[in-house]
Amino acid sequence: MEYVNIIILALLVNNVVLAQFLGICPFLGVSGKVSTSLGMGAAVVFVMALANLVTYLIQNYMLVPLKVEFMQTITFILVIAFLVQVVEIILKKSAPSLYQALGIYLPLITTNCAVLGIAILAIQKEYSLVESVVYSSATAVGFTFALILMAGIREQLELLDMPKGMKGFPLTLIIAGLLSMAFMGFAGLV
Amino acid sequence: MKNMKFFTEGLIRSNPTFVLVLGTCPTLAVTTAAINGIGMGAATTFVLVCSNLLIAALKNFIPDKVRIAAFILIIASFVTVVDLVMKAFTPDLYNTLGIFIPLIVVNCIILGRAEAFAQKNKVLPAILDGLGMGIGFTLAITLLASIRELLGNGSIFDIKLVGDNVSTILLFILPPGAFITYGYLIAIMNRLKSRFSS
Repeated sequence: MEYVNIIILALLVNNVVLAQFLGICPFLGVSGKVSTSLGMGAAVVFVMALANLVTYLIQNYMLVPLKVEFMQTITFILVIAFLVQVVEIILKKSAPSLYQALGIYLPLITTNCAVLGIAILAIQKEYSLVESVVYSSATAVGFTFALILMAGIREQLELLDMPKGMKGFPLTLIIAGLLSMAFMGFAGLV
Repeated sequence: MKNMKFFTEGLIRSNPTFVLVLGTCPTLAVTTAAINGIGMGAATTFVLVCSNLLIAALKNFIPDKVRIAAFILIIASFVTVVDLVMKAFTPDLYNTLGIFIPLIVVNCIILGRAEAFAQKNKVLPAILDGLGMGIGFTLAITLLASIRELLGNGSIFDIKLVGDNVSTILLFILPPGAFITYGYLIAIMNRLKSRFSS
C-alpha cells in the first residue's frame, strides 16, 4: 500500500515537471514530437532509477559513516555524470539497437536537474533503498507522461496560425500552465 | 569601454531568462515571492562570477577532454559554499529555496557561460560577463516574482499593496501561475524586441 501511495504521489499529484518544476529544460526542448519524447522518457527512466540506487548506497555507506554529508552535491553530480557515461558505453557495446534509439538523449541527461533533484529529495524524505528506486522510477514515468502530453498538443499547434510573439516558448509555457492546472485536480487522490 | 560591453550583454540583449531561456527550473519554482527572487539571484550570481573567474584563470591547465567534468567540479564546489553559508546566515530563505540551492549546479546558465565564454576569455571579461548575466537573471526573476506576489498575494516584498477585503488570484502563486506569467512575459519581451529592431 505504501508503494502505491509513493507511485501515485510521484506520478500524478507531485508531477515532477508540472508541480515540482524539475527537468523543465528537456520538457521545453524535446517536447516537439511524440516519438522523440518517448525516447527521451525511456532514457530518463533508466538513468533515474539507476542514479537513485547508486546515490542511496553512496549516501548511507560512504558519506554518512565518514561524516562528510556536505559533500553530497559534489559527489552526486559527479556520480550521475559518470553513470551516464558508463550507461552510454555499455549500451553502445551490448545493445546497439537500444543505443541507436536512446543514444542522442543520454548526454543531455547529465544536465537534467530532475535526476540530481530526485536523488537529493529521496535522501531528504528518508526513503529505504526499495522505496527510493520505486519513487525515482515513478517520477521518471511521470516526467515521460508530461512530456508526451505536451508533445501531442504541440504537434497539433503546428497547424494553427499564431501571433508572432507567442510562437515557441511563450505558448509552450502557457500550455504547460494549463496542464499544470489540470494536474492540480489530482491533489485529492491521496 | 570595451569591457562594459561584456557587462551589459547579459543584462538586456542576451538576458538569460527572457532571451536565452536558460535556467528555467529555479525561474519557475522559487518565484512565489519577490524576496526569493533576490535570494536565488544573489546565490546564482555568486556562483556564476566565482566559477567564471576560476575557469578563465585555469583555462590553460584544464585538459580539453575532461573540461566539462572539471567545470562541473568547480561549479559544485562554489555551490557547496553557498549552500553552507545560506544555511548558517539566512535559514528562513534557505528553507524556502530548499532543493533549488544544490540544484544551482545544474543551472544551464552557469555551465553555458563557462563553456561559451569563460574558457575562451581573460579573467576580467569573464568576471564582468558573470556579473552581467547574474544581475540580468536576478532582475528577471525578481520581476517575475513581484508580478506573481502582487497578483497572488496582493503584496511586493511583503509590503501589502491592496486592501484586506480585496480578494487576490491565488492561482498565481501556485505552479500554473508560474508557467503562465513566465510565458506572457517572454511574449511581451518578443513584442518589444521586434518593435525596437524594426
